[in-house]
Amino acid sequence: MNQRILPYLLVAPAVVFLGAFFIVPLVQTIVLSFDGGGTGNALGNYSRMVNDLNFGVSLRNTFMLVLVVVPLQLAMALAMGMMLQKIERGREMVLWIWTIPLGVSDLAAGLVWLALLQNTGYINSALFHLGLLDGPTPWLNSETPVTLFAAIVLAEVWRATAVVLIVIVAGLQTIPKEFGEAAEIFGAKPWRKFTRITLPLLKPSIQSALILRTVLAFEVFAAVYALGGRNFPVLVGEAYTWQNENQNYGVAAAYAVLIMVISLAATLVWLKALRTNPETQA
Amino acid sequence: MMKFDLIRGTALVAALVAGVATVRPAAAQELVFLSTQLRPVDEAQKVRDVLLKGAPKTVYVVDEPSPFTVRMKAETESGKRTISLVGALHGELQPLAPLGALDTIDDVAAKLGDRGIPASLMELGKLGTGKQVYIPWMQATYVMVVNKKALAHLPAGANVETLTYKQLADWGKALAEKTGSRRIGFPAGPKGLFPRFLQGNLYPSYTGSMVTEFRSAEAETMWNDFKALWTTVNPNASSYDFMQEPLMGGEVWVAWDHIARVKDALQAAPNDYIVVAPPAGPKGRSYMPVIAGLAITKGAPDRAGAAAVIEHLTKPGTQVLTAAEVGFFPVVNATLPADLSPGVKLLAEGIAKTQTAKDAVVALLPVGLGDKGGEFNKVYLDTFQRIVLRNEPVRATLDAQAEVMRGIINGVKAPCWAPDKASDGPCPVK
Repeated sequence: MNQRILPYLLVAPAVVFLGAFFIVPLVQTIVLSFDGGGTGNALGNYSRMVNDLNFGVSLRNTFMLVLVVVPLQLAMALAMGMMLQKIERGREMVLWIWTIPLGVSDLAAGLVWLALLQNTGYINSALFHLGLLDGPTPWLNSETPVTLFAAIVLAEVWRATAVVLIVIVAGLQTIPKEFGEAAEIFGAKPWRKFTRITLPLLKPSIQSALILRTVLAFEVFAAVYALGGRNFPVLVGEAYTWQNENQNYGVAAAYAVLIMVISLAATLVWLKALRTNPETQA
Repeated sequence: MMKFDLIRGTALVAALVAGVATVRPAAAQELVFLSTQLRPVDEAQKVRDVLLKGAPKTVYVVDEPSPFTVRMKAETESGKRTISLVGALHGELQPLAPLGALDTIDDVAAKLGDRGIPASLMELGKLGTGKQVYIPWMQATYVMVVNKKALAHLPAGANVETLTYKQLADWGKALAEKTGSRRIGFPAGPKGLFPRFLQGNLYPSYTGSMVTEFRSAEAETMWNDFKALWTTVNPNASSYDFMQEPLMGGEVWVAWDHIARVKDALQAAPNDYIVVAPPAGPKGRSYMPVIAGLAITKGAPDRAGAAAVIEHLTKPGTQVLTAAEVGFFPVVNATLPADLSPGVKLLAEGIAKTQTAKDAVVALLPVGLGDKGGEFNKVYLDTFQRIVLRNEPVRATLDAQAEVMRGIINGVKAPCWAPDKASDGPCPVK
């Protein structure tokens, strides 16, 4: 009996914790989102959400960010991971430095980039002193959507590429060296080795990294809020605004449910698109 | 052995559960005063050390407006009250009344009859319920802060003390042309108070109304004028939360904001600025008084103590100290001392100019909106976004937003408040 019960006892705290602080609020949120918001129509909150001025913009902004940031981060993480493989001494040090941004909170990262990029910021001042700018040049307002978007992409890439990198590095370490050596004997060039051996064997890691990163990217908020404020609405930001400023918890819950559905859908896409045949798994 | 493990496991779970249960908030008998005002560390310390001196022993804690609401709601729903006294803005106290979080305090109000709190302010404190819900605590308003450098570029015939919105637009244009950058600023950022400008200053100045004439012909003129004015406003305005920062940075020379949000700039360089009343439109120079109030929670652990603190904070002496220490002004009959610090003095002058302007029109904070205050603000902000930032046609936007406004007002059945004429039933949006 001991052997049967002990495992359950040991997982009980975690289960209770998640049940109390994750599943219960989740169910509450879903229920809240369908309360109609006083309209008598169960979808009342959803129709207010969809018809809101910022809904389309925030949906478009969020998807644009995900579509630009995630591939960029995957490419960078792969490149960084491969470079790391070649480093003999100080490898841990380089990895450590590359993952520093992971320890910085989202909002703090956003504020750091704000301090760099705003019109009275460090980069503006530096360029001005070098004579490259005529005066403080705003990059982060509604009249400069392109630079604003670029700034947010930059901040997000800086902040969260390391998440992908760590998963990729862990994956690279599981690939046996023999495959590469065999390929080299048959005359494979590095690029061919990368595309024919490394990438296929790395597929499960890429899948995990993409799921993790995509879900997080759909939840992007703090860095965007710091840099863009009202000028760059995103889905989570709208949920926050409806909750805190408009004090309409129903519409905020509808946004939360929408974000969850999008995240689940994205996860499914990656699970299907990058399915690994068990036999080919290393 | 088997049994021992089981016991150990159970004990572990039990300890965890017990651990959760024994984490209690601060001892329930303390007199806890939760405030959304005077939050910065130095101001909060002044409340503790100076303003509450002589009051019953009070634990003064502060929180931002949204967690404040959530906490009040949670305490009400759980029936477990730790807070006795709350201090917050009119608009923040308003949604707490329909929740049943606040006690009625007609008894406390009766004791304060000799304070000379204006009846109109006491009326606001009833939140449209007929019973006193909060006692006015301190007041402020929104003013214009002008960097003296901008005065050289005032358009011909304009007097900075009696500006109109048209002249402000011309001034902004002149400033942009002469200095190469747009120098007018509004706090239209995520935490800025810009909706209050639209409700309390712009709309009533053009239409004599905040709600009823929302989609009138005058409102159409107003938006067209404001759209022109906006071309002279600094493009970073949509990131400004507190105007003191762009003022101190020199990025903005003419700014509208709440007095508490320009105070640092004035304190840092009182000789660089003047404070004037906001501009006037065809229907007068409208301004919005801001009221912070003190309320007692329902089921307060120390109701008598809370009432005593309210009495203390509304004493003329304490009110004068409040103005001198934190820059919020008396709601009671009290004379400010002559030796105010120069920055606070500028603010006091600005408020006096605003309230006593010949063409002054008072626009009250929304009354009776319950928890719809946020969505009410959103109507103005959305209208601004659509017309000014997204260039949508004025008439169609006003018609669509008026529909949203009607839905909100009818939903909470709020009668009109000044400057709109009193109404039977929900305030009509014509």
